[in-house]
Amino acid sequence: MKAAIILFPGTNRERDMALALQRATGHRPPLLWHRDTELPAGLDLVVLPGGFSYGDYLRCGAMAAQSPIMRAVKEFAARGGHVLGVCNGFQMLAEAGLLPGALLRNASLRFLSMDCHMRVERADTPFTGRFQRGQVFRATMAHGDGNYFADAATLDRLEGEGLVALRYATPQGEVTAAANRNGSARNIAGLLSPNLRVLGLMPHPENQVDPEIDGTDGLPLFESLAESFAAA
Amino acid sequence: MTQPPAPLPPERAAQLAAEFGLKPDEYERVLAILGRAPSLTELGVFSVMWSEHCSYKSSRVWLRGLPTKAPWVIHGPGENAGVIDIGDGLAAIFKMESHNHPSFIEPYQGAATGVGGILRDVFTMGARPIANLNALRFGLPEAPRMKRVIDGVVRGIGGYGNCVGVPTVGGEVNFHPAYNGNPLVNAMTVGIAPKDRIFLSAAAGIGNPVVYVGSKTGRDGIHGATMASAEFSADSEEKRPTVQIGDPFVEKLLIEACLELMATDAIVAIQDMGAAGLTSSSVEMAGKGDVGIELVLDDVPQREAGMSAYEMMLSESQERMLMILKPGREAEAAAIFHKWELDFAVIGHLTDTGRIVIRHRGQVEADIPLAPLESEAPLYRRPTAETPKLPVLDAASIPDPVGPEAALGKLVGSLDLCSRRWIWDQYDSMVGGQTARRPGAADAAVVRVEESLEKGGARALAMTTDCTPRYCAADPEEGGKQAVAEAWRNLTAVGARPLAITDNMNFGNPEKPEIMGQFAAAIRGMAAACTALDFPVVSGNVSLYNETEGRAILPTPAIGGVGVLEKVGQAVGLSLAPGLDLVVIGETKGWLGQSLWLREIAGREDGAPPPVDLAAERRNGDFVRARILTGEVRACHDLSDGGLLVGLAEMAMAGGCGASLAPALAGIPAHAFWFGEDQGRYVLAVADAAALLAAAAAAGVPAMKLGRSGGEALALAEGPSISVASLRVAHEATLPALMAES
Repeated sequence: MKAAIILFPGTNRERDMALALQRATGHRPPLLWHRDTELPAGLDLVVLPGGFSYGDYLRCGAMAAQSPIMRAVKEFAARGGHVLGVCNGFQMLAEAGLLPGALLRNASLRFLSMDCHMRVERADTPFTGRFQRGQVFRATMAHGDGNYFADAATLDRLEGEGLVALRYATPQGEVTAAANRNGSARNIAGLLSPNLRVLGLMPHPENQVDPEIDGTDGLPLFESLAESFAAA
Repeated sequence: MTQPPAPLPPERAAQLAAEFGLKPDEYERVLAILGRAPSLTELGVFSVMWSEHCSYKSSRVWLRGLPTKAPWVIHGPGENAGVIDIGDGLAAIFKMESHNHPSFIEPYQGAATGVGGILRDVFTMGARPIANLNALRFGLPEAPRMKRVIDGVVRGIGGYGNCVGVPTVGGEVNFHPAYNGNPLVNAMTVGIAPKDRIFLSAAAGIGNPVVYVGSKTGRDGIHGATMASAEFSADSEEKRPTVQIGDPFVEKLLIEACLELMATDAIVAIQDMGAAGLTSSSVEMAGKGDVGIELVLDDVPQREAGMSAYEMMLSESQERMLMILKPGREAEAAAIFHKWELDFAVIGHLTDTGRIVIRHRGQVEADIPLAPLESEAPLYRRPTAETPKLPVLDAASIPDPVGPEAALGKLVGSLDLCSRRWIWDQYDSMVGGQTARRPGAADAAVVRVEESLEKGGARALAMTTDCTPRYCAADPEEGGKQAVAEAWRNLTAVGARPLAITDNMNFGNPEKPEIMGQFAAAIRGMAAACTALDFPVVSGNVSLYNETEGRAILPTPAIGGVGVLEKVGQAVGLSLAPGLDLVVIGETKGWLGQSLWLREIAGREDGAPPPVDLAAERRNGDFVRARILTGEVRACHDLSDGGLLVGLAEMAMAGGCGASLAPALAGIPAHAFWFGEDQGRYVLAVADAAALLAAAAAAGVPAMKLGRSGGEALALAEGPSISVASLRVAHEATLPALMAES
């Protein structure tokens, strides 16, 4: 798999992401600068990592969505390229219109840094092939604006088209209000594009890839990607 | 020959000197050094450089008593932060610093800029910051404004640390009415650098360019250092400057840009602009390098129009650094800072005059000889009064009004022992992907060193902050000793080898002999512990005048400790699992004086605090660490606030697992056995106690088997069986209930 991570000036989880991809693929992906206007040829995957892109004093990800590199990322996605957006990256995907809806302030109006559990809603995507449908995995979340919002018609469409990839759940897999700490509509934690090649999610599976640090709950996501492209 | 600046009229100068906090005899020295009345800018420079905050004039004579050397110490106090060798060719660079006064005035920005300032102290030496910690002391939540202070400080620390992408991994919080009018915010940063690439602040190279990078200079925080050197009172209100405003996004850019430039060899010296901004950075860099410096303030990037030389020299605008570059390297450095969209300006050069000369709009605004600015700086050996010793309480004479079950339930929910989850949950403790033990999981935070990984290792740092202010108030010498010993113990309890400390000395008004006496005694105790434990001080900060309306805080010498683990996988946490034997290492005598049981259950804050036997401390800790490194220890927790039963409850709550416990030792009243705060103790969970007890006996270390883990309750042999789930409810409920949005 040929992956690259986009680096915005306020990105801060690029090293976490690089380590996770390295663990799954055996090599460290390059970092691309936000002012670049083109992506390198032959990329399989573009990753928009977590952080505070341009400070995010405006809506999170709003300025990043207008940055030079994002035009190239949109073209890449339009050509059928795979894009993973985590946390700030999910916010950028929503702001850039690559995924519908918006990430609002957490319902508590506080930054939330804690573990959450997510239930895998479909395992037939390039991002989730190594999970089982209904499997629950743990990941760290760390965000102030992760409260997924879309109008009811959009939510119904997303559900109908099976584009909800991950939902906040209890460790036993029950989708409850208590498990939905940031207040997201229908417990949505991760969302897919209609072609299943763009995934945005708020929690950080890249922080659970190493048994010596905090377990390997998140590793299957990266292994799924590696496997998808190894087979191709 | 430089034209001297226009002096202030003598009467006006004397009056302003007093307003700026210079004592009459200090002002006389200014006149003697200059041979004339100072200009406004010069007066500003002298007053901040000679403020308590920048000059340590009341504390320096005592600080000399602290041990600062060990074979692994690379740079001790005197640099921006302390530097120690952690192996693999790497150095840990760390320091703790207070932002108490600003955090009370404007909690969010005060705390946020405290984090920003300590980060700069660390990355200015070439380190990538890998962890933040914070030691907080608040008043009682019901005190006026205090909930707003607690909420603002926590949001401010989170707001800054989360954005810069440095995990906030640990710290401590106490509540006491002595902090009602003066909370403490002590922020610590730990960073990693190659040990042969440490950047220092001494300027060198006559003619070399002086370069300003970072944010623009505005009118914020003017005279902040002077404010931090006085008590709060009604009449200082109108002179109180605005608190600085932090921008963590710019700080993040500054970290990346500085580290990128540091990978070249263009930098001669570098220092952040912290307290007293451009004044202290330029004076200290030139002074340390024994050179002169000339600045042209017209070239300083400015946020506002029409700023005077005085305002620019005294501004404490955040996220700024001053560097001396090698000649001809300006363009290369500028390109890096412009890439990160930061200001970059050559604002002067080094000279051979031994003077600081400030030019602005074609005029000389200041011309001061640097040597006497430092050598003639005031240094006080202020009078001290010893804190009277309190009697040792006899536990048998203090009745137990409630029994162990009720006492434990109340203690685990009390302000000083309740869960800090409400606070941690607002701090990103995982960013970086190296946090192996996050807050609440172990006695110290454990963060793997990514740079070690790159060298094929898996080295980790353990970090903690500690102080027990109520012990320090009762006996500052024992309290100072205990603060250092507890930091050492907490590092030991995760299996780390303790290496060094940073200290943050928070005290009241040093002009009062009883306060200066607390300070001197705390230093004595700390020095004894540092020596006995091979745990030197490598950096620190002093915050005095922590008083409001004449009432001082508890003496609070906060200790930040750093230790190393050869392999991150060796670290143990405190979480209890079923089927393990529980063994207490160290001697339990039932010391109730100054214990939390005494305060929360018996309603008394009195008696002598528990003494620290440093020889026993060392012996017990070295034994525990060695056992952890054999791999046999499944969980370890030091016993401190609340004593044995609280420590066990903390392990039980963390693991969701109960234990059956042996009866209290004969000869000790049960409440003193379970809740006494004897020092130098640990609880270890192991598969089989026999081997551990035999090893302890062979090493001459007191050890006793206390019970076995399992079930869902702490079952005391005396009767009560205390549900772990109900303890958890009490433990977790306190802070969320207090801080619930109304």
